[in-house]
Amino acid sequence: MKSFISLIIPLCAVLLALMIGAIMLLSLGANPISGYVTMFGAAFGSLEGFSETAVKSIPLLLVGVGICIAFRANVINIGGEGQMVMGALLATAVALAFPGLPSLMLIPMVLIAGAVGGAFWGSIAGALKAYFNVSEILSTIMLNIVAVQFMNFLLRGFMIDPAEVARGTGIPQTMRLSENADLPILLEGMRMHLGVVVALLVAVGAYFLLWRTAMGYRLRAVGYNPDASRYAGISVPKNVTSALAFSGAMAGIAGAILVFGSESHRMVTDGGSTGFTGSAGFNGIVVALLAGLHPIWSIPSALLFGGMLVGANALQRAAQVPSALIIALNGLIVVFVVSSEYFKQRFLESGRVDIVDEEDTPAGGSHE
Amino acid sequence: MRGITKKFPGVLASDNVDFDVRAGEVHTLLGENGAGKSTLMKILYGLYQQDEGEILLHGKPVQLTSPANAIAHGIGMIHQHFMLVPTLTVAENVSLGLKSTRGALTDLKTVSRRITELSKTFGLHVYPDEHVWKLSVGERQRVEIIKALYRDASILILDEPTAVLTPSEVDDIFVIFRRLAEDGRGLVFISHKLKEVLDLSDKITVLRHGRVTGDTTPAKSDRHDLAQMMVGREVKLAPDKHEVETGVPLLVIEDLYVDGDRGRHAVQGLNLEVKSGEILGIAGISGNGQRELAEAIAGLRTPQSGKITINGQDTTASKPAKIRKVGLSYVPEERMKDGAVGDFDVKENLILLNHNSEPFCKNGLLNFREICSHSEKLVKEYAVKTPSIDATTKNLSGGNIQKLIMARELSAGPKVLLASQPTRGVDIGAAEYIHERISQQRQRGTASVVISEDLDEVMALSDRIAVMFDGKIMGIINQEDATRESIGLMMTGEEQEAASV
Repeated sequence: MKSFISLIIPLCAVLLALMIGAIMLLSLGANPISGYVTMFGAAFGSLEGFSETAVKSIPLLLVGVGICIAFRANVINIGGEGQMVMGALLATAVALAFPGLPSLMLIPMVLIAGAVGGAFWGSIAGALKAYFNVSEILSTIMLNIVAVQFMNFLLRGFMIDPAEVARGTGIPQTMRLSENADLPILLEGMRMHLGVVVALLVAVGAYFLLWRTAMGYRLRAVGYNPDASRYAGISVPKNVTSALAFSGAMAGIAGAILVFGSESHRMVTDGGSTGFTGSAGFNGIVVALLAGLHPIWSIPSALLFGGMLVGANALQRAAQVPSALIIALNGLIVVFVVSSEYFKQRFLESGRVDIVDEEDTPAGGSHE
Repeated sequence: MRGITKKFPGVLASDNVDFDVRAGEVHTLLGENGAGKSTLMKILYGLYQQDEGEILLHGKPVQLTSPANAIAHGIGMIHQHFMLVPTLTVAENVSLGLKSTRGALTDLKTVSRRITELSKTFGLHVYPDEHVWKLSVGERQRVEIIKALYRDASILILDEPTAVLTPSEVDDIFVIFRRLAEDGRGLVFISHKLKEVLDLSDKITVLRHGRVTGDTTPAKSDRHDLAQMMVGREVKLAPDKHEVETGVPLLVIEDLYVDGDRGRHAVQGLNLEVKSGEILGIAGISGNGQRELAEAIAGLRTPQSGKITINGQDTTASKPAKIRKVGLSYVPEERMKDGAVGDFDVKENLILLNHNSEPFCKNGLLNFREICSHSEKLVKEYAVKTPSIDATTKNLSGGNIQKLIMARELSAGPKVLLASQPTRGVDIGAAEYIHERISQQRQRGTASVVISEDLDEVMALSDRIAVMFDGKIMGIINQEDATRESIGLMMTGEEQEAASV
């Protein structure tokens, strides 16, 4: 019953958001039904479409899973963008340094480098919060900006493609990275690559971490009740720092996959973070919220948002609707899903009195 | 109130209850947690609406739809849980929700003056300009009382107002309550402290499972009668004591200084020695350094100077995890805040201390088979009433959460047990059980420290009673020699007479 409510309410929220989206489609002069059919058809209707959707979902899923871990420990991570960038930079540096290694070694190495880069960036904000009580919301956002400028600095300087310098064009991008680091394509003729498998493994791993290990137990204990954790001898600062490190590691892997799974196989900057990340560092939060902060539920959630990104282009072509509509639709889903949390709590609360057998004040000390 | 019935899903919280208060009398509502006292009073205070029955005020039926509405009808309530904004001052808290005489501007000066007056009249020692977050539990309670006095209600609901007061303060506040009653007010006194009920009440109504199980007066009943009416069976008010030889000192505190949250030295030069097999009770009004002392022992607060030795090891500057390894078990004062993780299920809370060690954890992985069998065993052994070990902890009753914490702490096999307010807000049945368990620790050879504001509890449990005042131990008395008067005197700062050392 409990899990049924937890599932059905966010789904209703998504449907309501889509209905409001339908009104927007109508006002733009498009048929909402055929519009949605085009959109979701393009994203999920064919193997090619699904392959595109899967590729778009990878960074969303990875960042989302990281968000699940951070939020479970009651740490708000808005720094996915910066952590993706730092992960990608370290991974790219590794690929530039060891171009000759065989794929079997180089691919795991760049992915680990991505995780380390992201984890490092995340743990800075984590340590600031844990030991100096700096709001992680502010520090993660500000570290995003630092990371982007660091990326611009490196890609214009140390890491720039020598050919760009020789030609004098100076486009801030690396050279074509070692082919040994290319993520293998899973299906002939399509774009779906190994990153999909990595992302799925990470999601399952995060679930395992949170509910099957002592580490995850501590993260959740600290997230729910830092006081009781402290009293029981669990170090709160350590766990706050590791929560952001884990969260950053997953975003870092996402950054690495964006580089080595890209068409160009280079790291390119257009000066901002969005050009590189496609805002996955922020949208991953939405994925996690829709999934109720559950790593496994983040998989369908990421596919939904990834599919909407793919469908947006199809919709634009078919119905001449601006693809910005999808951004609005994304926003609507967030608003509805986040506010549906209230109703979910109320439904769950109403069943609560049943268990209280002898007292009218649950917990004897809770404020009512 | 006539024929009041209130249903919650699955629970009949109030079943056809009649209750009346006359001007000039104190009418006690007695019952365990969950007997329906709070529900009944929440209906009277407009927080709930009754499903059946009616409320008559001054002979006229009224509909009380909200607390504001109830206040307008002259009903005031002193809540058991403080309804104060910690970041505001006392005066600001008192004036919350009141109309200012200066329109949109606040009129804190007038409010402050009146608070000072009330405080002086009743000896409450409440200072209007102090911030509430700096105040101790006991001081906050006095602010609550001022708040109600300030609003000048004709019916006053007192929801366990004495829970945190010293015996002499209780006597003082009872004088105030009597004066308020003589003034023509009706007082509803909610309590489960039998002695106080007998002292203060004109009439007593006993509730159990939402039903009235007895109407009586102090003249007609004694403590045992009342306890039996409340619980529905024979109750032991003090645990059986077995003679136990005390052994080596397991907890030694030497010249300890600890800073509090508000300024300097909450604990000042404190010396204490607790031996294996004995229970030392620490009595005192809250806010006299007990919390800081407990936190210093548990490693949650760093002492400024002095030395704490547990089981022969210096633990003065150790981390909480290390001190627990040395052999300390700690039942904290605020069980929902510090004692248990409310959103965890029962089994997760039971392994809070040792989730990281065998057999519950191997190579960083949790072993759920071991965790479940351990939890099933503890739940049974400590009579924790829960639907299952997978139930969310915050949905359990206070008494059962406390039993759960006791189960976790005692199963660790402590050398030193430190229990703060172990039965505050816990029903009689559970309190009886918890006392029994603490008492059993003597046979195990544990050195136990019980910090409590409940003098009856301290006197029933302890072998020796230390009284704390202003961060110092005023004196230590053997249980046989202790009287309420001698302890009460020390609680207010009188040094122990040399003769009784």
